[in-house]
Amino acid sequence: MLKRDWIHAWLLLLPAFVLLLAFTHLPAMQTLIDSFWSTPKGRRPSAFVGTDNYVRMLADPIFAKAMWNSAIYAALTIPASVMLALAMALWVQARFAGVALMRMAFFTPTVLPLIAVANIWLFFYAPGFGLIDQIRGLFGLPSVNLLGQGGSALYAVAVVTVWKEAGFFMIFYLAALQTIPPALREAAAIEGCSSWAFFRRVTLPLIMPTTLFVSVNATINAFRLVDHVFVMTRGGPDNASMLLLYYIFENGFRFWDTAYASALTIVLIAVLTVAGIGQFFVADRRVHYR
Amino acid sequence: MLAVLWVAPLLYALWSAFHPAAYEARFVLTAPLTLENFVTAWGKAPFARYFLNTIFLVTLILTVQLSLCTLAAFAFARLEFPGKSVLFALVLVQLLIMPDVLLVENYRSMMRLGLVDTILAIGLPYFASGFAIFLLRQTFRAIPKELDEAARIEGCNLMGLLWRVYVPLGKPAMLAFGLVSVSHHWNNFLWPLVITNSVETRPLTVGLSIFATTDSGTEWAVINAATLMTSAPLLLGFLLFQRQFVQSFMRAGIK
Repeated sequence: MLKRDWIHAWLLLLPAFVLLLAFTHLPAMQTLIDSFWSTPKGRRPSAFVGTDNYVRMLADPIFAKAMWNSAIYAALTIPASVMLALAMALWVQARFAGVALMRMAFFTPTVLPLIAVANIWLFFYAPGFGLIDQIRGLFGLPSVNLLGQGGSALYAVAVVTVWKEAGFFMIFYLAALQTIPPALREAAAIEGCSSWAFFRRVTLPLIMPTTLFVSVNATINAFRLVDHVFVMTRGGPDNASMLLLYYIFENGFRFWDTAYASALTIVLIAVLTVAGIGQFFVADRRVHYR
Repeated sequence: MLAVLWVAPLLYALWSAFHPAAYEARFVLTAPLTLENFVTAWGKAPFARYFLNTIFLVTLILTVQLSLCTLAAFAFARLEFPGKSVLFALVLVQLLIMPDVLLVENYRSMMRLGLVDTILAIGLPYFASGFAIFLLRQTFRAIPKELDEAARIEGCNLMGLLWRVYVPLGKPAMLAFGLVSVSHHWNNFLWPLVITNSVETRPLTVGLSIFATTDSGTEWAVINAATLMTSAPLLLGFLLFQRQFVQSFMRAGIK
């Protein structure tokens, strides 16, 4: 009987696992192996080069730029989207006329394709006649090309990410806020607790698990979402908005340097793994609040 | 205030898409409304084909995902077998290393399989979704064992049990996953961009990006119209089934 169960189980798992192995595990392994070999060129076959690809990476200024940009990008988008999400949730938590409409306004960017979002914002940023320039015009400020300048391109791209993400994170905060018992608020009101103190001493600690969960998600997204870079800046100008995944794409499919792209992919996987381990750690540690 | 700021980009796009190009940056209430931008966009690129491709792609992915992952989730939730925890850990790995990251290697696999530039190739890496297996396993585990035993006493075999008890009770979770999956793949861009290179296979997102970047002569109003057009089905679906959407996204995230 037990034996039959085993066979059934393995049969049930078989189709899913064939695909999982073929398109996740084996490619991941192969990527690791490839990262120690050179890119085959013409008639010259691939050769074992040890850590050459990684050594080259350390000396590659564009890689350094991409890592640095990814770090800034993460440092900007994570706190901004998390804090905005919380503010939105606190806001639309109450019931008043038009609150449903507001929730909708915040959440809508989440369902739009990132490519579409990028197009909309491209228009928004357009020098000369985009809305931002028109508002600047009202104050007599000169026109700016936010996406075309090295100093601002990365920030302009980060704003778009925050716009898309914050509404998504808001719904998790909304759910978390609903689990706070109303009796706590009543008790605090009787004690003469100000609403700011209540927020800081009661609400914030209680929604800490959500904050951590959302932050980990924001971290992963910071390294994974690059669609808008394709439309808005293509990593430019002069690599000012180059992000790690975009750089992998460029190496793999524009320069066809697959070995170097593999080495870069390994770095990205390492980053994602650290974030993922953080998530498990967080999920295990923080449940004691309830 | 913040809400207004939040919808401003959208409203701006809507405004310019529905008005003649001359009004794209002039906000006059009396500006004439027009659908011409949509007509122009539709005529300038094979959007009908892109729509078909995307709809086919999304349906294909969801159907295969649901069938494969239901089977796997059922095995993980209700059967005991050697290697269970190792295999489950392997499933969880996919939550971490998403197919989007393995572009280069997956492209080579597709080349070896001769599948480059097919819709099947866009879907293949996503068919076995670690996330779907995880979500459905959680759902199946919450189903009381008594039901299971009752069905077995009635002479129900394993597949019958899955089909008559677990699938019906798992429907809400499947619906939630379905919404998330459809919107994810409708919006997915990087992998389809890499693997497709013809009109016959390109999904909407890739088509839109090509339309918006190569035709530098195209007016903004037309690009905006195209942008709205490609997101319209999802947007409409979201407006109609707001509650389900929000709940599904949330459920999908928390688990």
